[in-house]
Amino acid sequence: MIRRLLPFILAAFVGLAWPVPPALAADPPAKPATVLQVPDTLAQRALACTGCHGPQGRATPTGYLPRIAGKPAGYLHQQLLSFRDGRRQHDGMARLLQNLTDDYLMALAGHFAALELPYPAPPRRPVDEASATLGRQLVEQGDAGRGLPACVQCHGAAMTGVSPAIPGLLGLPRDYLVAQLGAWRTGARQATAPDCMAVLAKRLQPQDIGAVAEWLSTRPLPADTRPAVAAAQPLPVACGSVAP
Amino acid sequence: MTTTPITWRRWAALASGSLGVVLLAMAATVWRLNRVTDLPAASAMAVTDARLVARGAYLARLGNCAGCHTARGGLAYAGGRGLATPFGTVVAGNLTPDPLTGLGLWNADDFWRALHDGRSRDGRLLVPAFPYTEFTQIVRADSDALFAYLRSLRPVPQPNRPHELRFPYNTQAAQAVWRALYFRPGSFRPEPARSAEWNRGAYLVRGLGHCAACHAPRNVLGATQDAQALAGGQLPMQPWYAPALGLAGLGETAAAHMVALLKTGTGPQGTASGPMAEVVFNSTQHWSEADLQAAALYLQDLPAAPAPRPAQPAPPEQMALGAQLYARHCADCHGPRGEGVPGAYPPLAGNPSVRLATPTNLIQSVLHGGFAPATAGNPQPYGMPPMQWQDAEIAAVLSFVRQSWGESAGAVRALDVTKLR
Repeated sequence: MIRRLLPFILAAFVGLAWPVPPALAADPPAKPATVLQVPDTLAQRALACTGCHGPQGRATPTGYLPRIAGKPAGYLHQQLLSFRDGRRQHDGMARLLQNLTDDYLMALAGHFAALELPYPAPPRRPVDEASATLGRQLVEQGDAGRGLPACVQCHGAAMTGVSPAIPGLLGLPRDYLVAQLGAWRTGARQATAPDCMAVLAKRLQPQDIGAVAEWLSTRPLPADTRPAVAAAQPLPVACGSVAP
Repeated sequence: MTTTPITWRRWAALASGSLGVVLLAMAATVWRLNRVTDLPAASAMAVTDARLVARGAYLARLGNCAGCHTARGGLAYAGGRGLATPFGTVVAGNLTPDPLTGLGLWNADDFWRALHDGRSRDGRLLVPAFPYTEFTQIVRADSDALFAYLRSLRPVPQPNRPHELRFPYNTQAAQAVWRALYFRPGSFRPEPARSAEWNRGAYLVRGLGHCAACHAPRNVLGATQDAQALAGGQLPMQPWYAPALGLAGLGETAAAHMVALLKTGTGPQGTASGPMAEVVFNSTQHWSEADLQAAALYLQDLPAAPAPRPAQPAPPEQMALGAQLYARHCADCHGPRGEGVPGAYPPLAGNPSVRLATPTNLIQSVLHGGFAPATAGNPQPYGMPPMQWQDAEIAAVLSFVRQSWGESAGAVRALDVTKLR
């Protein structure tokens, strides 16, 4: 019996002792080595931006961070310069932009400005009638008695902004809008002098800011979401960041 | 028995007397070591010479003077940037030739004394955050060229903010003692046995380039230790580790990679990040090819960082989580085998920064993302987003990176990440 099984037993021992070919010892062989390639595009370079600002810069109004896709290029460029140079305060933005040139920031701004992408529906929240009335009034008519022009006078009748330097106000998170108006009041956010928004934000009461932000953040966008071309009439307030 | 108090008093008198003598001797030593040294003759060229100004402009780039002497978003060389140190904040001064707030009343001798001996025009001892410990190597002709360049700038009337140093570091006595302990005015002495290129590299690295300010360890009083070895150091008050710069034994390729990194901000073995990205952006990209080569040649004579000892393997479950996160979030850019994409994304396999004993720099990169500096050689760098992950996830992906593709650097704990938030 043993003698008959001996070849098998020997074979088994030999099999165990035989050096296993490397190909079997390793995990399944790796795919043939190919050189990894990435697109040589601004979109690929800007993955550092879209991690927070949403794919293609389309952050929705449900979070805090603003959508950047489709905002006017001049405006975006100014904001990038301001974050880099300390006129706007955001540690993460400042770190990212610290060693980038004006030219490259213009290229990135141009990339996001050129993206014409659909917007999601605005968030639905319970409406406080008094606040909504106040918000709508300030946005559409302003308050001449307090020296407050209507938002639409500068940001475009459709509030989608005016090229190249005035941003649209729709499709943004309420908290972001509140924070920006607050930052202008305190001086944490600054723009090129004369800093029109700083002047106007200081004329707003806290309840005004809440009402305007709530109203704007719950407006649907018009069919054409592109910024208007530069307005013919002069701005009601002098703005350094809007080149004449 | 009655003699005991007298003996005790005699001993006390003797002891206090000796102590007084010792203290006096120490004070005398500190004073002696802080005497004003003689000035070498100013270079003969007039400070208005355009070529001198141009050379000074280049030297100012080499030394990255504007890096500290320019506030964020402020006017170049007008000062105002605060540097956090363990002893308080030091504010860099206004170097423009404004007579009231800048260097308008200084002459070339005053300027030389500041660089060479760490003294202000009025004789005040400057704080060593201003790296006079390295600048003391600068030769007089270069000092004069730098001064000529600074004189050529438009005067900016911007008063200097005072330093915010704690007692006793805010006193001149503390500065005098520190200098007695750690500083002797020096001069660069070329080594005749070495080539002119090697000596140029040594002069740049040890002097104007002040590499030791970051790349050498510091003691509790903030003095660099064995500065010329450039063995790497933790940056004071900044969560970044400046690695060893020595290239001895690493071959010509390593030197070429270092030149590429300094010139463009990125190279085959990695990308400049954190404070070094700023140095590349403001300074080293503007160095001439000859000066970069000279520095690299000199660094080939300094010992390289010792090979790290193989560390304990990370727990298998941490490696598994790390591998999963890596495949999903990192491999598209850094490659499934950590190979990176040349010119776009740095490799992780074989990247010296990945295997540093301290994972600080890696954690910073994952937490905050970043772009390589935009340089003439890499004007539109690719970027990495800040990763909004849990500490344990960041630790896992970094342990995976540090222990894959033949690497065996230490595993990263979630606590290491928490400490850097």
